[in-house]
Amino acid sequence: MRSGLAPKLIFVVYLVLLMLPIYWLINMSLRTNEDIMSGLSFFPHHPTIEKFLEIFDDPTWVHAFGVSLTYVALNTVISVAVALPAAYAFNRYHFIGDKHLFFWLLTNLMAPAAVFAMPFFQLYYAVGLFDTVWAVVLAHCLFNVPLAVWILEGFVGGVPREIDETAAIDGYSFPRFFIRIFLPLIANGIGVTAFFCFMFSWVEQLLATTLTSAHALPFAAVMTRAYSASGMDWSLLSAAGVLTMVPGAFVIWFVRNHIAKGFALGRV
Amino acid sequence: MIDKPINNRAWFFVLPVLAFVLFSSLIPVMTVVNYSVQDTLGENNFFWNGDSWFRDLLNPHTTIGARFNDALFRTLAFSFVALAIEVPLGIAIALCVPRRGWSVGISLVVIALPMLIPWNVVGTIWQIFTREDIGLFGAALTGLGLHYNVTQDAVSAWVTIVVIDVWHWTPLVILLSYAGLRAIPDAYYQAARIDGASRWAVFANIELPKLQKVLVIAVLLRFMQTFMIYTEPFVVTGGGPGSATTFLSIDLDKIALGQVDLGNAAAMSIVYYLITLTVCWVFFTIMTQLDRRRDA
Amino acid sequence: MARITLDHIAHSYSGKPRSEDDYQLKPLQHVWEQGSAYALLGPSGCGKTTLLNIISGLVIPSEGRLLFDDTDVTRLPTEERNIAQVFQFPVIYDTMTVAENLAFPLKNRRMPKMVIDRRVAEIAEMLDLTRDLNRRARGLTADAKQKISLGRGLVRADVSAVLFDEPLTVIDPALKWELRSKLKAVHRALDLLMIYVTHDQTEALTFADKVVVMNDGRAVQIGTPAELFERPEHTFVGYFIGSPGMNLLPAKVNGARAYVEGHGFDLGAAYPGLIEQSRVQIGVRPEFVSLTAAEGVPVQVRRIADLGRRRLAYVDLAGHPMVATVPAGIGSLGDRVNVKIDPAQTHVYLADIRVQGVAA
Repeated sequence: MRSGLAPKLIFVVYLVLLMLPIYWLINMSLRTNEDIMSGLSFFPHHPTIEKFLEIFDDPTWVHAFGVSLTYVALNTVISVAVALPAAYAFNRYHFIGDKHLFFWLLTNLMAPAAVFAMPFFQLYYAVGLFDTVWAVVLAHCLFNVPLAVWILEGFVGGVPREIDETAAIDGYSFPRFFIRIFLPLIANGIGVTAFFCFMFSWVEQLLATTLTSAHALPFAAVMTRAYSASGMDWSLLSAAGVLTMVPGAFVIWFVRNHIAKGFALGRV
Repeated sequence: MIDKPINNRAWFFVLPVLAFVLFSSLIPVMTVVNYSVQDTLGENNFFWNGDSWFRDLLNPHTTIGARFNDALFRTLAFSFVALAIEVPLGIAIALCVPRRGWSVGISLVVIALPMLIPWNVVGTIWQIFTREDIGLFGAALTGLGLHYNVTQDAVSAWVTIVVIDVWHWTPLVILLSYAGLRAIPDAYYQAARIDGASRWAVFANIELPKLQKVLVIAVLLRFMQTFMIYTEPFVVTGGGPGSATTFLSIDLDKIALGQVDLGNAAAMSIVYYLITLTVCWVFFTIMTQLDRRRDA
Repeated sequence: MARITLDHIAHSYSGKPRSEDDYQLKPLQHVWEQGSAYALLGPSGCGKTTLLNIISGLVIPSEGRLLFDDTDVTRLPTEERNIAQVFQFPVIYDTMTVAENLAFPLKNRRMPKMVIDRRVAEIAEMLDLTRDLNRRARGLTADAKQKISLGRGLVRADVSAVLFDEPLTVIDPALKWELRSKLKAVHRALDLLMIYVTHDQTEALTFADKVVVMNDGRAVQIGTPAELFERPEHTFVGYFIGSPGMNLLPAKVNGARAYVEGHGFDLGAAYPGLIEQSRVQIGVRPEFVSLTAAEGVPVQVRRIADLGRRRLAYVDLAGHPMVATVPAGIGSLGDRVNVKIDPAQTHVYLADIRVQGVAA
């Protein structure tokens, strides 16, 4: 839509509807349970950040957030690092079984977590990684590594082969060429990939909770225990929920330009 | 498309990826296959059971078969409904997203927000939102006189899950479609203006054809995700009321981790996985066909 | 429509331009006559595409008026102007056949089917597309697709001007000539106004009756190819047109003689009052500078380029590079030779603008 009032209006209406549940959560997070139970309202009667403070003061919560951020960060770094050479290989070369390998990788992207929960449980228990951050890091590689390869392959394809050839003629060794010349050229792609890996790891909770117990609980596990004397501790849950949205919003704000540019290149 | 050089040493580049994914994928799958063809008398005593679990599973007259069938049907119905709403809606909104100027960045950020929320928090948000005592949505619907109760009414539960999924994942379709639209060079729109084409003609003849590949990806991803849905329904309805919203993943989880029925769970996992693989293969073929036709 | 008039057209992307540099297109005054073929020639970024888009309506100029005959169309929407535009790469509707592509503009204007079919057949015949009418447009070659793009423009009988934005860019070199000839044939057959944007001077000089040379947002000179070649009004035109371009040397001009680093030679006219000026240059094309064994201006030869049909000598006149022609019959001449400069074809430029001399 190039111009006109209708598209802008539709867009704004959509954004409002989108933000409504999120706003509601923020609303709940700034109220105490008594406030919430006292009646429905658009704004907190007595806005308070006491629930947030309660979370910050509680070592279980803090630890849980820390654990989550840790495994997500580790997973993102590993997935992108491992995927970079593979993406390059898939795009630049033919090798035996390349098409089948690529297809098999993509199927892991679509692997139902429920199918893997039980076997993962046994596997990580057997290798002694159960209830550690690393269990989740490795488990999330199931879908994040293929995702990273898929996205990066597209961006590698956007760099003309002539650049590789020129570098070879100019006497660059492959590692030097890759790090000093090639990587900067796909910087946008790396940003987009890191964002998606971060996102899919951060939001996935089934595997994260199945593979951990006392020591490496992610925040989702702690949230299921948010009961108070009178039932679900809604305000605490809301505050925790709001906090879990912060890293995501943070990351996307930082990579928004990379994503916009990546989109403009037309490589999906 | 230039022919790529054949270089089998490229396997070295791929080895790290292979190692990680093998560990995360092949070994667990083999474990499941193992369980699916064995039975146990307890105390780690396993014996070969052949395809007995599978035959039970795929036979709609056994309890497990009936249950599987129901869950499968429910999941496919859900996927269909969700896709039917999300794809047209996503494209329509993508056409409205600004393409130039300061509002582009912030629009993309806001659109993407629902996808950045951990899935259990999505469940929590809507758990609150749909209650009639503390949630806007619940209160509004009951206020309008509708019989809306997520925990007791199957229709309410279904509608809610669909609404949650649309809210949660339409942004993916929007972002993918938007990327596809941005890739269309201006000259096409300019030529269409000179040709006097109506807005609809521009959409049907320029935008939609150029969005084909992106839409295939979007439909594939969304189908897969709806087919595997777990956390959101689990948090909001727990699979209920009764088994109204017990989709395949939830059912599988109940069987695997709840009961000691490893064989059944394993067989179900295999069938579930095979369906996923088949759909994936179909889409992959479509995508490569589209690519080949475009390069021709 | 008999003519298009640009009345003080200027364009600046920012709202309030403060100096000349803020203009994409500096104020321009010109009349385009129907039936003529014009080329807009210039390097990338010189504003030629902006000008083209102003005429077609895809850009609304920030200043000035655009007139079709006597009607002010500055703000008229593109689809209501009688204009067709062909872009740098072929723009066709993938899902339609060639016939449907050609019929599209007419269908949008709700013409009766019989009229549409007849027009499509006519245009397809003119562009040699009749054979492909029922094929999917998507599968054709780039030059066929560009013909379809052109055809969509011509199929509207009320079109009186066709604008081309570097249309041969993606065409195979072997087919460029064919397509160019086809464009000229169409031009003659339909008596249209054609404006052709390009950065390739060969295309411009062979296609157009008149060429508008542009640089840095300004129309530097408008003239026939011959005029541009023989009498460049601006050093840019001298340098840009011709292969290689005109030689430009800083000089001191005294009456009818010019001195480059002390070496003097005759000019074809007298130029009073230039002796005191700085930024004086003389310009003479390599075609009119020839190596000679006889008397002339001494130069040092750097290298000779043998182009088959002719030979060029890259020489040095007291530190200033020059290109000269090597006449047939002269063999190797060694390092130091003389050149003969034709006074009638030597021009004088003051601050890049040509100065008209008086008869000596």
